[in-house]
Amino acid sequence: MKKTVRAVFLCLVLAALYLPIVILAVYSFTDSTQIGAIHRFSLHNYVTLFTTPELIHMILGTLLLAFGSAAIATLLGTMGAIGAFYSKERTGRIISLMNQVPVVNADVVTGFSLCILLVVVLHVSKDTFLPLVVGHVTLCAPFVYLAVMPKIRQMDPALYEAALDLGATPGVAMRQVVIPQIVPGIVSGFGLAITLSLDDYFIATYTKPATFDTISTYVVNATKGSQTTIKTALWALSTVIFAVVILVVLLMNVRRPAGSAALERGKD
Amino acid sequence: MENTNIIELKHVTKSFDDNGFTAVQDFNLEVKRGEFVTFLGPSGCGKTTTLRMIAGFEMPTSGEILLNGKPIQNLPPYERPINTVFQRYALFPHMNIFDNIAFGLRQKKTPKDQIARKVKRVLSLVDLEGFEERRVSTLSGGQQQRIAIARALVNEPEILLLDEPLGALDLKMRQEMQLELKEMHDRLGITFIYVTHDQEEALTMSDKIVVMSEGRIQQIGTPEDIYNEPKNAFVADFIGESNIFSGFMTGKMKVRFCGGEFACVDDVPEGTHITAVVRPEDVEITSPEKGMITGEVTSVIFKGIHYEIAVQTGKNEMEVQSTKAPKVGQTVGMSIEPDGIHIMIAEDHTNRFLVDINSDYRLEYNGRLLYASLTRLIRGGKRLADGTIVDENGDPLDLKKTKILASIQPEDIEMTDDAESGLVEGNISNLIYQGDHYSYVIHTDFGQDFVAYDEDLWNMGDRIGLIMPTEKMTFTLKKQGR
Repeated sequence: MKKTVRAVFLCLVLAALYLPIVILAVYSFTDSTQIGAIHRFSLHNYVTLFTTPELIHMILGTLLLAFGSAAIATLLGTMGAIGAFYSKERTGRIISLMNQVPVVNADVVTGFSLCILLVVVLHVSKDTFLPLVVGHVTLCAPFVYLAVMPKIRQMDPALYEAALDLGATPGVAMRQVVIPQIVPGIVSGFGLAITLSLDDYFIATYTKPATFDTISTYVVNATKGSQTTIKTALWALSTVIFAVVILVVLLMNVRRPAGSAALERGKD
Repeated sequence: MENTNIIELKHVTKSFDDNGFTAVQDFNLEVKRGEFVTFLGPSGCGKTTTLRMIAGFEMPTSGEILLNGKPIQNLPPYERPINTVFQRYALFPHMNIFDNIAFGLRQKKTPKDQIARKVKRVLSLVDLEGFEERRVSTLSGGQQQRIAIARALVNEPEILLLDEPLGALDLKMRQEMQLELKEMHDRLGITFIYVTHDQEEALTMSDKIVVMSEGRIQQIGTPEDIYNEPKNAFVADFIGESNIFSGFMTGKMKVRFCGGEFACVDDVPEGTHITAVVRPEDVEITSPEKGMITGEVTSVIFKGIHYEIAVQTGKNEMEVQSTKAPKVGQTVGMSIEPDGIHIMIAEDHTNRFLVDINSDYRLEYNGRLLYASLTRLIRGGKRLADGTIVDENGDPLDLKKTKILASIQPEDIEMTDDAESGLVEGNISNLIYQGDHYSYVIHTDFGQDFVAYDEDLWNMGDRIGLIMPTEKMTFTLKKQGR
C-alpha cells in the first residue's frame, strides 16, 4: 500500500515536471494549429523554424549575445574572485558581500536601473547593443564570481608563492599556476553565464534595440500575436532547446564521474 | 678580512597593519655561508614570518636584510637567489614531476638540453630517478617532499629555506629525512635555514639554533650551548625536559632552591635571586638519608630506555630520569652533582608555584580555595553540571596528570604579622635593600620560597603570613611529560 502511494506520488511529480514539455514536443510534430485534435504527423513546424529568416536571425542573435556576454562576464568574474581572494581579509569580505547583492536582487530592478543610467542619463543609444551587453554582463558576472571563488579557496595558497619563489613574475605565476587550478570553476561559471543570458527576459526588454529580439522577448511577443505559423514553429523551437538541454545534462553526467575522481586524486 | 656572512638580518621588525600584531621584533642574526641554521620555537613565535621575510613573501616593517652585504628587503621573491621548501610541499598538481622541477629553470630561460640534464641530476640526488613522467598525485608524502626539495635545489640557490618540511610526515619517515637532509646539506654546501617547533629535530640537524618566543630571539647558539647553558627559563623549558626552580644564592657557589641547599659551579654573588635548571637525567635517586633533599614518589612511567619519575618534595615537584624504578609512595632522597645545576640570574623575580586541583575541580593552595577559573585553562574545557571539567574531547580532566602553575609578582604579595591570615606562612630567610624597598625571601614550611617586596623593614627569622590576591595571579597549564 505504502509502496503504491509512493509510486503514484513520484509519477505525479514527474508528470508535473515533464508532461507539459512532452505535450509540446508531440504537437510540434503535427500540423495542428492549436493544442487539441491531432490530424497527422508533419515536420512543417521545423521547416518554418529553420527557413524563416526572422526566426533564424533571432536565434543566432540570442546565441551570439549569450556567448559574447558570458565570455566577458567570465573574464570579469574570474578577475574579481582572484582579486578579492588576494586582497586583505576585510576588503575581500566587502567585495564578496557586494557581489551577493546583484545575485539576490530582482532582474527587473537591474534592467530598469541600467536602462535609466545608460539610456536616460548617459544618452547611450539602445541601437548600439551596448546597454544590452552591459546588462547581460552585469547579470552574469556575479554568478561567475560565485562559481570561481570556491575553487580558489580549495587551492593551496602556497602554490602562487611557490611559483614566485621559483622565479616566476606575478603574471606568469597567475597564468601558469593559479588559472590551471581554477579552470573547473571558470568553465562552470561560463556555462552558468550562458544559461542566465538565454533565460533573461527583463533586462533584455529594457535594454535591447527595438529591432532586435532574444528568444525570450520574441516568444513573449509572438504568443500575444495571431501569426499561427510562427506560434507553432515556437513549439518546435522549445523542443529543440529541450533536446539540447537533455544532451548537455547527459554529457555532463557521463563525464563527471571520471572528472571528479581525477580531482580527488589531485587533492590528495 | 672577507665577510663570510651570506645573510644578515638587522633590527628586523614585522607588524601586520590589519590587526597591529607584531610578529617579529628587533630580530638580529648573522648566518655564515654554508651554515645549517634552525629557527626553533612554539607556534606563533614569529619563526615562519621571519623565514617569509627572507624569502620575500613578507616585507619587514623596519630593519634590513642583507644578502652578501646588499640590502634585499625590498626585492620581490622572484628576484632573490633564495628558494623555499614549503610545509605542504606546494607542488603544482597539474604538472608532472619533470615540469614541476623544470619550472624554475624555464623562468630563467635555460636551454632545453640543460634543463633535462639538471632535472635528471636532482632527481638522482633525491633518489627518485625515472620519476619524470609521474603525476604529483601518484606520489607518497615522502616522495612529494623529495620532489619539493629537488624543485628548489635545481635552481642552485644561495640559500635554501625549509618551512617545517617534515611536519606532515610520520615519525619514522621524518627521522630518515632528517638524516638525509643533513647529509644533503653537508654534500652541497648550500646554506640551509630551517624552521621547526620540534626541539629534537633542531638539536639533531643544526649548526646553529635560534630559539624564538613571542617574536623575539631568546638565544642563539650551538645545539650543545642551548641544551647545556640555556639563557633563560623559556629556553630551558622549551629545549628538553627540565626542572626549573627559583631560588637564591646562599654563599660562594652555594645555592638554595627546592627546599635544599646545593653546591654549584656558577659563581654568583650571595643573595642574588636565581633560576636553577636541573635536567631530569642529572638527578640521582638515593636512599632518604643520603639525599640532599627527600620526597615522595608520585608517579613512575616506563619510557623504554629509562623511567620517568615524579617526586614531590614539599610543594615542589622534581622530574627524574633513572634506569632504576622506585615504587610510587616510597620516600626517596635525591642528590644533584654541582655541574648538574645550571644557574641563571633571574631577570624577574616572579614567584611560580604549583597549585592543587581538589576533588570538586577547584583550584587550591595550602588547603585554601583560589577563586579562579580552571575551565579557561583547558583547551575546549567545559564544567558539567556535577562540577566535573571535561576537555575538548569530552573526557574528564585527569587530576593526577594535570598540573597548574600559578605565578605572582613580588610586589603583589603583602606581608602581614598575622601569620594565619595569609594564604601561606613562613619565615624570612633573606633580605636585601633595593633602593626604595626591601626584597625578602620567605621560606615556607613546604620548602617553597617566595620573594616579596615590602617598604617596611622586617627582621630575619620573623614569622609572617603572605597575602596573595588571586586576581593578581596568573595560571597556566603545565606542560605534560611526553
